[in-house]
Amino acid sequence: MTLAAEIKDTGPEKLLAPVLSAFWDEDKSWTLDVYRRHDGYEGLRKALAMSPDDLIAYVKDSGLRGRGGAGFPTGMKWQFIPQGDGKPHYLVVNADESEPGTCKDIPLLFANPHSLIEGIVIACYAIRSSHAFIYLRGEVVPVLRRLHEAVREAYAAGYLGENILGSGLDLQVTVHAGAGAYICGEETALLDSLEGRRGQPRLRPPFPAVAGLYACPTVVNNVESIASVPAILHKGKEWFRSMGSEKSPGFTLYSLSGHVARPGQYEGPLGITLRQLLDMSGGMRPGHRLKFWTPGGSSTPMFTDEHLDVPLDYEGVAAAGSMLGTKALQCFDETTCVVRAVTRWTEFYAHESCGKCTPCREGTYWLVQLLRDIEAGKGVMSDLDKLNDIADNINGKSFCALGDGAASPIFSSLKYFREEYEEHITGRGCPFDPAKSTVWADKDKHAEVNA
Amino acid sequence: MTTTPSEQGVQAQGVSLGMPQLPAPDYPDDVRARLEADAREVIARYPDSRSALLPLLHLVQSEEGHVTRTGMQFCADMLDLTTAEVTAVATFYTMYRRKPSGDYQVGVCTNTLCAVMGGDAIFEALQDHLGVGNGETTDDGKVTLEHIECNAACDFAPVVMVNWEFFDNQTVDTAKRLVDDLRAGAQVEPTRGAPLCTFKETARVLAGFPDERPGAVEAGGSAGPASLIGLRLAKGEMTPARVVHPRGSGGPQDQPPAEHLSSHDAPQQTSASDPAHPAGPVSEEEGE
Ligand code: FES
Repeated sequence: MTLAAEIKDTGPEKLLAPVLSAFWDEDKSWTLDVYRRHDGYEGLRKALAMSPDDLIAYVKDSGLRGRGGAGFPTGMKWQFIPQGDGKPHYLVVNADESEPGTCKDIPLLFANPHSLIEGIVIACYAIRSSHAFIYLRGEVVPVLRRLHEAVREAYAAGYLGENILGSGLDLQVTVHAGAGAYICGEETALLDSLEGRRGQPRLRPPFPAVAGLYACPTVVNNVESIASVPAILHKGKEWFRSMGSEKSPGFTLYSLSGHVARPGQYEGPLGITLRQLLDMSGGMRPGHRLKFWTPGGSSTPMFTDEHLDVPLDYEGVAAAGSMLGTKALQCFDETTCVVRAVTRWTEFYAHESCGKCTPCREGTYWLVQLLRDIEAGKGVMSDLDKLNDIADNINGKSFCALGDGAASPIFSSLKYFREEYEEHITGRGCPFDPAKSTVWADKDKHAEVNA
Repeated sequence: MTTTPSEQGVQAQGVSLGMPQLPAPDYPDDVRARLEADAREVIARYPDSRSALLPLLHLVQSEEGHVTRTGMQFCADMLDLTTAEVTAVATFYTMYRRKPSGDYQVGVCTNTLCAVMGGDAIFEALQDHLGVGNGETTDDGKVTLEHIECNAACDFAPVVMVNWEFFDNQTVDTAKRLVDDLRAGAQVEPTRGAPLCTFKETARVLAGFPDERPGAVEAGGSAGPASLIGLRLAKGEMTPARVVHPRGSGGPQDQPPAEHLSSHDAPQQTSASDPAHPAGPVSEEEGE
């Protein structure tokens, strides 16, 4: 087969499936007008024609799973909300996108905020909620502006407010800007933060579905999960199930970043591989090779070039020893020092540890001390086992998943790159030149040649 | 949020040991009246008033540029909390500044991906160029420099944020030019986001008051170039597997037109055209 034919067969037209991103290239894509021109708020009409229970069953049958990392079935989360309990119910959208490498919800909200608003109205109708909150991380003011504007437009058009489209549903949406704390991406810490407290995780049970915001039944969903609901309603659950696999159906946003020729957002069916994504987008930057990558942010154990053919869905990635996470595919080439990368991530976890539990607060601190020493050539061989030990004392023994996330890069990098750690110790320093990893490294080389 | 020793030092400066602090001075009457009206509007958005604490801290920051004891007292009064409760929250979150700072907060992302792609070099160069360290402000009071964590823009790495607007695909040179422009008072346009306003004005948007400037919502277009890559490929608007550096269309800030005319913009060699230098998995297969 010729190269051209091969590309056609496995070409981007076939492998990708833009749904949420389908019209981001249009002028003013974030406005209600443009959204409506692309069947916006049609899914809502279908949803409102169903009974709330049927709607929950429909979303459950579609197989939609959470896109924020854990992959819990969205319809099931909705179903857990007790009905007829006389308490207010709340929907809280987790838009606190802060997991290192993760960059899908922010462009989604910037270019297409109405998909989220429509999804919110549908979800609130299903769980019988009359007040929803969008908890957006504070550090993204351009996105905050678009959310303010989208909510305003939706109220003006009658998609929010009282008796929405004559359905009897009343719904208020509050856009809430956070103030800088990675831990608030953890759903119970997010709830504490939304209640005006320090963002620290809560003990579960009780789960948010029973006692969430203000101790009332609460659904916490990721932006992309909720934004995917309108298309499922509009085009049908069969259409949704025609993409991806039995257990991981549907489309999703993959975020390619790092030393690749074309970093960016790629929306396609679940189960695509990194090899396919790189093939269609021009591979790694010219003259370089993939060394290690994360399938779903820094908290998911890293992969190497042996894992290029792992299907990027929940089961596929788990079977290969990692997690699909947020589908943040951070790719690093052979110029990158893995010890430097892991040290920096670990510094991040130490900084962001909320301090509530000892294994995470103390463990991440000691990991940083050891890693800094190793990176600076001051480590000894026994430090490597010590790293493993400390990570083991954090993993599964911390109050929330932040600790597990901090242990992931340690375990996985020691598994695949132990020799590189050893080299830092025996060679009394880092063998890599950080200048070679920069985006401009090869451009400078060209310039010298041309001069 | 574990507090670093230096942060504790900052906290301790205003505390005289052994003597309780005098109550914080109050806002002037007119300021307080204005802020109270705003605060009531914020509180009305929530079923429980305490939920308004984070936005109210943004609000007092929009008044003074940082969170003062006066501001915290104001929040406590409005929400019927103790100042200890408010302080506990204000010191937990990194976006609240606890000392006077510059009009423009320049944050260089130094989380792993941006750091490796050039963020570390940019942060170092800016410290040299401005003569300030992390969290410090230039003498003219214009720029506060800090390093920040991943800002959900990794496909635009290396990323610099100014007052929480995106400056994508930065280099050492563009970042230096950026801070020079800020200090000179030149109007600076982010790659994604609205024309810059001051830190105080930004804090007001964060408190939940929409940006009323004409064109502020539209600014920056529908989506950044990297956000559109997958869509363009799917629509057949780009040749697959042909490497053309995507950073050329990153906006006026990061790629001045002069650079476009250089030889760097010629299509670069791809795995297909340059088998001697395999660029990725494509050529791994073909090489057999
Ligand atoms: S690592 Fe810099 S924006 Fe994600």
